[in-house]
Amino acid sequence: MQLTIITDLNKCVGCKSCQVSCKEHNTGGSFGPVPDQDPYADPDGMWWNRIVGMEGGEYPEADVLYLPKACMHCYDAPCVPVCPTGASFKREDNGVVLVDYDSCIGCQLCMWACPYGVREFDEHQGVVKKCTLCIDRIEDETLAPEDRQPACVQSCPTHARTYGDLDDPDSEVARLVAEQRGFQLLPELGANPAVHYLPRRPVASAVDDSKLDSLLTGRY
Amino acid sequence: MAIRQETVDPTTVPSTRTVHTTCYMCACRCGLEVRVEDNRVRFIKGIAEHPVNKGVWCAKGGAGIMTQYSPARLTTPLMRDPDAPRGQGGLKPVDWDTALATLAGWLGNIRDTDPRRLAYFTGRDQMQAFNGFWAQQFGTPNWAAHGGFCSVNMAAGGMYSVGGSMWEFGWPDLDESRWFLLAGVAEDHPSNPLKLSIAALKDRGGRFVVLNPVKSGYGALADEWVPIRPGTDGALFMAFMHVLVEEGLIDREFLARYTNAAHLVRVAPGSAGDGLFARDAEGQPLVLGPDGRPRPYLEAAGQGALEGEAVLDGQRVRPALALLLDRLKSATPRWAEALTDVPRRTIVRLALEMADAAFNHPVELPIPWTDVYGQHYDTTVGRPVAFHAMRGLAAHTNGFQTIRGLFTLMMLLGAIDRPGGFLYKSPYPKPVPPPVKPAHGPHDYEPKRAASGPILGYPTSPDDLLVDGDRPLRIDESYSWKYPLAAHGAIQNVIRNAHDGIPYPIDTLMVYMANLAWNSTWNTLDTRAMLTAQDEGSGQYRIPHVVVFDAYDSETVQFADLVLPDTTYLERWDATSLLDRPISEPDGPADSIRQPVVPPPPGVAPTADVLIEMANRLRLPRFVDEDGEPLYRNYADFVQGWETEPGSGVGLLAGFRGADGEGELVGEPNPDQLQAYATHRAFWRLHLPPGGRYFRMANRDYLAWAADKKFIREPAPIVLNLYSEPLQTFRLAGQGFWPGQRPSNPHLAARLARYMDPLASWYPPLEDTLPGAEAFPLRILTQRPMTHYHSWGSMNAWLRQLLHENPVFINPVLAQSLSLVDGQWVWVESRLGRMTARVRLSEAVEPGTVWTWNAIAKGPGAWGLHPDAPEATRAVLVNHIIPDVSPLEGPGIFFNNDPVTGQAGWYDTRVRIYPSDVHEVWPKVTAVPPRRPAAVRQPRLAYTTHPDNPHATGAPDLLHHVGTARPTDQ
Repeated sequence: MQLTIITDLNKCVGCKSCQVSCKEHNTGGSFGPVPDQDPYADPDGMWWNRIVGMEGGEYPEADVLYLPKACMHCYDAPCVPVCPTGASFKREDNGVVLVDYDSCIGCQLCMWACPYGVREFDEHQGVVKKCTLCIDRIEDETLAPEDRQPACVQSCPTHARTYGDLDDPDSEVARLVAEQRGFQLLPELGANPAVHYLPRRPVASAVDDSKLDSLLTGRY
Repeated sequence: MAIRQETVDPTTVPSTRTVHTTCYMCACRCGLEVRVEDNRVRFIKGIAEHPVNKGVWCAKGGAGIMTQYSPARLTTPLMRDPDAPRGQGGLKPVDWDTALATLAGWLGNIRDTDPRRLAYFTGRDQMQAFNGFWAQQFGTPNWAAHGGFCSVNMAAGGMYSVGGSMWEFGWPDLDESRWFLLAGVAEDHPSNPLKLSIAALKDRGGRFVVLNPVKSGYGALADEWVPIRPGTDGALFMAFMHVLVEEGLIDREFLARYTNAAHLVRVAPGSAGDGLFARDAEGQPLVLGPDGRPRPYLEAAGQGALEGEAVLDGQRVRPALALLLDRLKSATPRWAEALTDVPRRTIVRLALEMADAAFNHPVELPIPWTDVYGQHYDTTVGRPVAFHAMRGLAAHTNGFQTIRGLFTLMMLLGAIDRPGGFLYKSPYPKPVPPPVKPAHGPHDYEPKRAASGPILGYPTSPDDLLVDGDRPLRIDESYSWKYPLAAHGAIQNVIRNAHDGIPYPIDTLMVYMANLAWNSTWNTLDTRAMLTAQDEGSGQYRIPHVVVFDAYDSETVQFADLVLPDTTYLERWDATSLLDRPISEPDGPADSIRQPVVPPPPGVAPTADVLIEMANRLRLPRFVDEDGEPLYRNYADFVQGWETEPGSGVGLLAGFRGADGEGELVGEPNPDQLQAYATHRAFWRLHLPPGGRYFRMANRDYLAWAADKKFIREPAPIVLNLYSEPLQTFRLAGQGFWPGQRPSNPHLAARLARYMDPLASWYPPLEDTLPGAEAFPLRILTQRPMTHYHSWGSMNAWLRQLLHENPVFINPVLAQSLSLVDGQWVWVESRLGRMTARVRLSEAVEPGTVWTWNAIAKGPGAWGLHPDAPEATRAVLVNHIIPDVSPLEGPGIFFNNDPVTGQAGWYDTRVRIYPSDVHEVWPKVTAVPPRRPAAVRQPRLAYTTHPDNPHATGAPDLLHHVGTARPTDQ
């Protein structure tokens, strides 16, 4: 089993709902707090999920893209073997990559090893923190079924995020990746991330170019 | 002491609990489920069954936790030390007895002498129905919310066209649409509902076209981005219509049956009847029947001719559509291309795309219905072409007519209240315009009396204006010859007029949740100076008293003489109402409540409770009985007990009415209504039967039901206004032919004649017509980021991290032509003045536009932030350079407003940019000392609700903050 989150970039408007709902849950969750330095001065806070905004192309064909970036829960997670204490580990039963704060010594080697820059260091607590896929929600059997998913998936206002088991070919996430040409970030680095993104799928104009040409010359 | 606030008693409720309520982080009003642990907010999420957000929640919604615990909270009443100058601090804590007695003294004196001397203006107020009623009972005409700045052009443009408008009043049906144009909206207005709808469109593979000078937010998902020169959207809509007409791609049946396109308009220039409809003896508008003879419109049952002309009683008459078609002849794609910068080819193609969706791919739903003519249909056929627009169109001085153009386009496509098109939200549609008029009689606002009618409404002729000759009767000059259809008031005019004593001096300016001294104003520095200006002779302030109600320490608080600290939305009883800005969905009416989730800090009180206490002390008519005894102890009482008229059965909340709580929409007040909502996830909704969901302006069964439920007064058809006869009456007044009230000043008359056009039109934004406009060749725009929509956010420890400084974005082509490079400091100069900013190059903005984020900059020391916070040192406030007045010829001052509605034309601002050797934010304002010096220096915030987490460092605990007084009489 490999649990994961798929984000459909054809539906992400960059609203940061997922960024905040992550912090909202996790700061009070089992792996919290998710602290903020100088919160009312020049703030520098910890976020386990950050939305990256990008611009591409040239006016007027400019592309604007938003991409939520958190732990990729890689199949071959580079953060795991570099950890000198075994604090950074990948769960065998569901593929979720976690940090055991009790054995983390704060050396931050895992932060250097991570190709995606999604691990953050809590100087006060002396440990590395990151997305847990809301493991304390998905495994909490006292929660209602709709709450047993990552907060960022539940909150997403465009339903751009889908959670599930990528190893189950019948799952929604596996189907989306297969049918919509889901892709990984930086696959060439070999970490084989479980997190995938679905590409933009533009809808073309229904108006025929040659008809337009004749109208423009004839009438307009 | 007498504020009888009802709140959470931590000693009687479990310390860990789940409470349903309604969000207030923006104006969407999503349903929230709040988890409380140890009496602190653990988690906020959406309610899955809620009509507005359907279970999702945005960045703002989740971050509500940090709004609750912000150190910007005001926690005690404050009064200015009489020896301290206004605006320079000097606010001292006082007890509630003193605060209430002071306010009651000022208000009582005003009401006994001249109630107009109270100006009460509110910002992002979500209890406008209550506030308007309060102002009416007080007897002042000078009340409004923030619509004059925000989007009155959208509201009025829709109401005068189709008896509904966008957002709260109507919605693009993206569950059924194939083609969607989003104009002048990028990140907000609204939030979750629009995101959900866009997602639905994307799921179905619909085509998404975005018309905006800037590509961001929702625009990122556009299948086609159409950059446009700001202020020219109306020209584009005219050109779309030109192409549709030329190609014969308009819904003639829809126009004839449901709009006034066939109404015969008298063509008699130079006479009192010119441009008015020809009517029969009963006053019914006439159309030309198939036999060429005039017949009443309804009798003709959609058979009226749309073109041609006739002579009636010796007078030439033409169908309204014929006049529109004449108008459209010159609105060619070539004409629009030159104005908009949208290529001619794109204009023609987009017109053909929308027509293809509308006419080649009609939606047919298996829903039978019957129209007002008695015609039965086995199915409901829709035109799957939808539009949504907001402030990008509205905040221009040609915004009203631009929005008229958009609704006219939708009428030509037959896409009003049909599947896949624009759908009304209950209680809309209303007659066009809704039949509510502002009280406008000469004796309507007199001492010791309530106003004789509502304060705001929709004039239908010059005789409905609030004028005495040419002189306005309102402090903001709403409903004057300058701004005749100012249906939301004109908050942006208030401070200058009050300062100048135009049309008369006031005594007290009362402000609720509006940041009038900073980002909800224009020409900010002068506005702040006007707030502190004194008469040279007497030394008295030009505005003698300023009262601020707010929960947070905004820049406006420091200009107050008296500050009344409000509760947050998680601390009080409250209601969203069908009588206000509804939260209904297209498939039926809905409303909701707020209930106390956590106890407030001692020392604060809900503003509505304070206003009810004032009403009781002043014995305002419908707040007390014949013996002067209070009818309502507090707002919770009011929400449950008040009716529009005694015995009407219509109150603020439509659900759970009547003694048994079973009534819906109409029913006796229910003293347990709020509890009923509380146990039903804090909302109520009703699904209209499928046969009553479409064509509601002419749906026989729906109209009968709507009249029974008092949405409308009678079950008469609602005729859409392709042609606006009310607008024409004003034009006649300008031309000197209207038999009733007319302006005597020729400039006022010319303004009416020019802009009160009964047909959609486009004219250049007024800024473009001023001498010297070319010296400022660029347009500057602002928009709200999604994380700060409706501006609240900078006092929120999480949201402010997402955005706390703002460069100005310009196209690299423009940068190159001006020899500017990325990151460079520049001057941004308008005709009013200049400010510094840093340039950021972006391909996602059209080259004639400069844009930045709105309201990220904060005054140093305000909002519970460190005075050196980036919001004060690295963020820029465009309001400084937005001109508030226009040098137009005429009597007195003209504000930079739309000449129809008085909407502030702040997106018209023209600028030039050039390198600056000042490398910091300028202009500066004086820093004020933060109210909580320790909190703004807090080095680490690590919020949890688990007291045993050793790594937690909490938010400032306002529950244990020192308050001078409790506002309750416990």
